[in-house]
Amino acid sequence: MAKKTTQLAIDTRPWRDTANNKPFVRIKNVTKKFGDVLAVHDVSLDIYKSELFCLLGGSGSGKSTLLRMLAGFEQPTSGTIEIDGQDMTEVPPYNRPVNMMFQSYALFPHMSVEQNIAYGLKRDNLPKGEINDRVAELLSLVKLQDYGRRKPHQLSGGQRQRVALARALAKRPKLLLLDEPLGALDKKLREETQFELVKIQESLGVTFIVVTHDQEEAMTLATRIGVMNLGEIAMVGEPTDIYEFPNSRFVAGFIGSANMVEGKVTEDEPGHVRIRSAELGCDIYVGHGVDCAPAQILWWAIRPEKMSLSREKPQTPHDANVTSGIVEEIAYLGDISLYQVALESGKRIRVSQTNSVRGNPDAITWDERVFVTWSDSSGSVLTV
Amino acid sequence: MRRGWFLPIAAALGFSFLYAPIVSLVIFSFNESRLVTVWSGFSTKWYGELFRDPQMLGAAWLSLQIAAISATIALVLGTLAAVALVRFRRFKGRTLFSGMVSAPLVMPDVITGLSLLLLFVAMEGFLGWPQGRGMLTIVIAHSTFCTAYVCVVVQSRLSDFDRSLEEAAMDLGASPVRTFFDITLPIIAPALVSGWLLGFTLSLDDLVIASFVSGPGSSTLPMVIFSKVRLGVSPDVNALATIIIGLVASGVLIATIIQLRSKPKRAKA
Repeated sequence: MAKKTTQLAIDTRPWRDTANNKPFVRIKNVTKKFGDVLAVHDVSLDIYKSELFCLLGGSGSGKSTLLRMLAGFEQPTSGTIEIDGQDMTEVPPYNRPVNMMFQSYALFPHMSVEQNIAYGLKRDNLPKGEINDRVAELLSLVKLQDYGRRKPHQLSGGQRQRVALARALAKRPKLLLLDEPLGALDKKLREETQFELVKIQESLGVTFIVVTHDQEEAMTLATRIGVMNLGEIAMVGEPTDIYEFPNSRFVAGFIGSANMVEGKVTEDEPGHVRIRSAELGCDIYVGHGVDCAPAQILWWAIRPEKMSLSREKPQTPHDANVTSGIVEEIAYLGDISLYQVALESGKRIRVSQTNSVRGNPDAITWDERVFVTWSDSSGSVLTV
Repeated sequence: MRRGWFLPIAAALGFSFLYAPIVSLVIFSFNESRLVTVWSGFSTKWYGELFRDPQMLGAAWLSLQIAAISATIALVLGTLAAVALVRFRRFKGRTLFSGMVSAPLVMPDVITGLSLLLLFVAMEGFLGWPQGRGMLTIVIAHSTFCTAYVCVVVQSRLSDFDRSLEEAAMDLGASPVRTFFDITLPIIAPALVSGWLLGFTLSLDDLVIASFVSGPGSSTLPMVIFSKVRLGVSPDVNALATIIIGLVASGVLIATIIQLRSKPKRAKA
């Protein structure tokens, strides 16, 4: 689910043109150690103005630690953090032009919703009238006009989440950090809130950095995603890059589902590569050059929806990109069906097919022998 | 499930075991007779007698002052100790410190009293302070053991305190000091109130330690009562005890109400 088309038309993707755009947040060689534990290892990252950047990773990947260093709650062991051209590494959290929305929301239980939102404004010693105006404006932004006098414990989970967002936005920060912003909401509410969040981010033009472990959330929200693994950035890219062109086995396996096989390079030409895979039981013909050596062992990954099934052996060029197996399992998901096919080598691969015919009586079924085929550009060759 | 007769009777026995002495004391404080064990009619004359006894009143006033001052000192010290123990997970001598803080809880009063007395005597010899023994030494002694109680109460409250609340305040521009007064203090306030009340009651009721460290002319209420009783129980002591029970009971009631009111918020928020 990408951004609106109007946004794509005026190209707002500064990361594609690094020569002419200055990054807004610059993380340079940041390392964080807790005792002997390496939480974040040599991370460098540039984030541009008005981006909605997602840090995606499993638990213990260092994403939250990185966020806390941006907020100033943790000091990097080495490296620097620059925000809007200023070195923030030594600046305490209360002097940073950054606000954070906490995973637990961290609403002050002894203050009303209004007082919670006004807290940051009062610290700036704004005049009372201005504070009241701003609070009213924020309450209407998050659609909680009638809840200003309530205490946090009188609100539902979704309402608390919105108060937390309003409070974090109150000081008009240049950069907003969100730690699992939708983590505590149920699925339906989460989907609604996702779009709300994107809308608010776009209308205010604030730079958002979101930490999440939910890849669907990252794909929906983000302009770019940074995938983290074991304290390092595994890949940075737009959601389509991450999904379609993963740079490593970790990224391919972590985002979405992928079939991954090992193979050996048998032909290495500038225009194509041929890989022999015993696991797959056939040759893989890749229609573009790959940075590899002849006879190198490497991996090839393909998404389930990039393959198709048939009963008759399809004609494929180059005598490659087709294999056969027995249908072992079928998961009917309504819009698509997911087939698990056992190949002769014993390797199981997953293929998804769109259910375009209603109640198709002629659909491929259990224990049938099927051919699996794919085009020469639909898989990714991975060397790491 | 149908309740049998066992539970109500057990409860009644338990309560009477705990409260029969107190109830009899309250009843006999309204006795007319000079003899404590013989009922001869309702009267409030011992209350009047009590308020004409300067020794009793003086001791009561002294005890209240000591209790209030030591509870306050203990509150500050105990809270600081609790913050150090909960917030700074690793520092040199943490285990020792945590053990030392709670040691007065299990130390027999006689030992505490004796060691404090020796300390004060030695200090007077070397430093010339505190001069003699009196209210000041009692306050110091009471503060030390009340600190341990306050520390335990505040510690338990602080350990289930959500640190991200403080981080949120700092994130919104509040300095650490400001954060402490705006966020931390209001949230741990119920624990501070109960800690203070606990210290106050403990100090008010201490006889042993006070006997060791007090000097001439500074007898606390428990000391006066104890010396009076040794010469024979007089009914005005009953009257005084009734007043104290009334005060303590209402104090506990207020503390309970404060705790109850703040609880539902914590449970949900």
